[in-house]
Amino acid sequence: MNLHEYQAKQLFASYDIPVSKGYIADTPEGAIEVAKRLGGNLWVVKAQVHAGGRGKAGGVKLARSFDEVAAATKDLIGGRLITKQTDSAGLPINIVFVEAGSDIASELYLSMVVDRAAEQVGFMASIAGGMDIEEVAEATPEKIVTLSVNPAAGFQPWQARKLGYGLGLNPDQMKEFAVIAANLYRMFFECDCEMVEINPLIINTEGKLLALDAKVGIEGNSLFRHPDLVAMRDTTQEDARELAASEHDLNYVSLDGNIACMVNGAGLAMATMDLIKLHGGNPANFLDVGGGATPERVAAAFKLILSNESVEAILVNIFGGIVRCDVIAEGIISAVKEVQVSVPVVVRLEGTNVEKGRAMLAESGLAITAADDLTDAAKKVVASVA
Amino acid sequence: MSILVNKDSKIMVQGLTGRQGSFHAQQCIDYGTQIVAGVTPGRGGEEHIGVPVFNTAHEAVAATGANVSMIYVPAAFAADAILEAADAGVELVICITEGIPVLDMVKVKAALTDYDCRLVGPNCPGVITPGECKIGIMPGFIHKPGKIGVISRSGTLTYEAVYQTTNNGLGQTSCVGIGGDPIRGMNFIDCLELFEKDPATEGIIMVGEIGGTDEEAAARYIKDYVTKPVVGYIAGVTAPKGKRMGHAGAIVSGGEGTAAAKYAALEAAGVRTVQSPAELGSAMLELLGS
Repeated sequence: MNLHEYQAKQLFASYDIPVSKGYIADTPEGAIEVAKRLGGNLWVVKAQVHAGGRGKAGGVKLARSFDEVAAATKDLIGGRLITKQTDSAGLPINIVFVEAGSDIASELYLSMVVDRAAEQVGFMASIAGGMDIEEVAEATPEKIVTLSVNPAAGFQPWQARKLGYGLGLNPDQMKEFAVIAANLYRMFFECDCEMVEINPLIINTEGKLLALDAKVGIEGNSLFRHPDLVAMRDTTQEDARELAASEHDLNYVSLDGNIACMVNGAGLAMATMDLIKLHGGNPANFLDVGGGATPERVAAAFKLILSNESVEAILVNIFGGIVRCDVIAEGIISAVKEVQVSVPVVVRLEGTNVEKGRAMLAESGLAITAADDLTDAAKKVVASVA
Repeated sequence: MSILVNKDSKIMVQGLTGRQGSFHAQQCIDYGTQIVAGVTPGRGGEEHIGVPVFNTAHEAVAATGANVSMIYVPAAFAADAILEAADAGVELVICITEGIPVLDMVKVKAALTDYDCRLVGPNCPGVITPGECKIGIMPGFIHKPGKIGVISRSGTLTYEAVYQTTNNGLGQTSCVGIGGDPIRGMNFIDCLELFEKDPATEGIIMVGEIGGTDEEAAARYIKDYVTKPVVGYIAGVTAPKGKRMGHAGAIVSGGEGTAAAKYAALEAAGVRTVQSPAELGSAMLELLGS
């Protein structure tokens, strides 16, 4: 679950991590109020969307007067921001964050992730802040310092020094940085983060460190113990179908093809998409209905799939392990009837009572084609849209 | 022969009295697995599906000599259960539970270094040695004693590999579902090492998926240490970047973890790769036949 910049900065502030001062607004008048409250004569109006690359996409605007603050807000609110991290439809801008302009002396980069290889929380710091870190890693890897933290020992002063020297900090900044990094580490565990990125972490003209941007992702499996963070979830930033799927405990990801698939198990669901592609088709989605594949879930899954207008055929691929194939077939038949599926449905069933399950599908009188195996299923569904 | 578990394995089930625990433990018992104990705090002294229940893992191990634990407790309590089992002295913990917070697993992995205990999972189907011992949620009937070792990050894709090698007569020595989480217990390399040493295993099927670089590490290991034929498949060629595909660990991020990179690494290591999971069994048959 991602947080907006303004939410991430609130979280930072609660861990004594210095951030640029600002408030949110959703109208030009509100934005002027914020600017007045902040004072000064330079403000930055920033679109709040769950995507990076906002600056280059026109989602961050400088304003030198209240009129400019209002104009920038009017321009952004209600629109959609398309960045290199969003799809072509972009994300809706419902809120802007108005902050006091900062005098920047230099821009640094600092991030934390769960380092899968080290099986620990890892830090990454770079003197090349304000840039795309993947490009920095590609072009100038020597400008990046990384380390991971043993959870038994926790974040150590030498680690702060290693990162700080890598960032070229002076002794005063080093002290500030050690506190920031240690607080971030504490926040990372206490809030069950999966990713924290500050790009840029600036040194202002007074020589102080400040988080000018803030990106925080909360790890999905941990949400049950963070009701306060869950309250910050902004579902307007999520794909509508993926959101509907999550409400039915289905795992769904939209793709841009025309052959939908419904599969039990994440690995088999990915493999089914790959098979469709391998046989010349284009998958419309990833969908894992889980091990149970009960009639209710199958019906919910069909509804979800068919809410995508591009879908011209459906491939159902179920390996009935513990659940019997005849029970699954019954679920598919009742769901196809209930949802009134009008596109061709190819079903591949395998497992206990497979013959009975296939016979039920064949005798259902519905437009369901039974497939003999994985390859046959992929070929049949691709042929059905040709 | 086999790896990790066999007919002598004695299993305790943490979370035996829950709905999932009861159902799957019964399936394991029906398969012939020796389920010797259950652990549910507060239910000590009871008997459940014919199995004695204990309050703690330590009591269960002391009373029954259990040497393997199978875990079905809910995600919020699973990290605790893993470490309790390790401290109680079992050699192997198989954690089926899905949805454990990843930072809990970071701590578990650090703490497990203190114990001589292997962990399989979490978020996995378990381990089976066909005809001897089934520990997990896999359908027992699709397996057949034989000569192929199966290692997979995905449950249902393990079943595909198993089913195909059962149907073409190869059968399996043992099958290990290592799980779909980003931080887990045994990895491909740990299992490859055991299968390489197991005299009954003649070929190894490994099923990977997008996310992380464990398949790449496994490829390097295979090149240097594995003499037996290996067939490899990677799921997620068509998965979009930055999207989590069902499994917590199945995500391509920062250009890392793509199926293409994994396939390239496996091929460079001499692994016979297949583009379709339907070809896992036939590819292995071909390798062993030649």
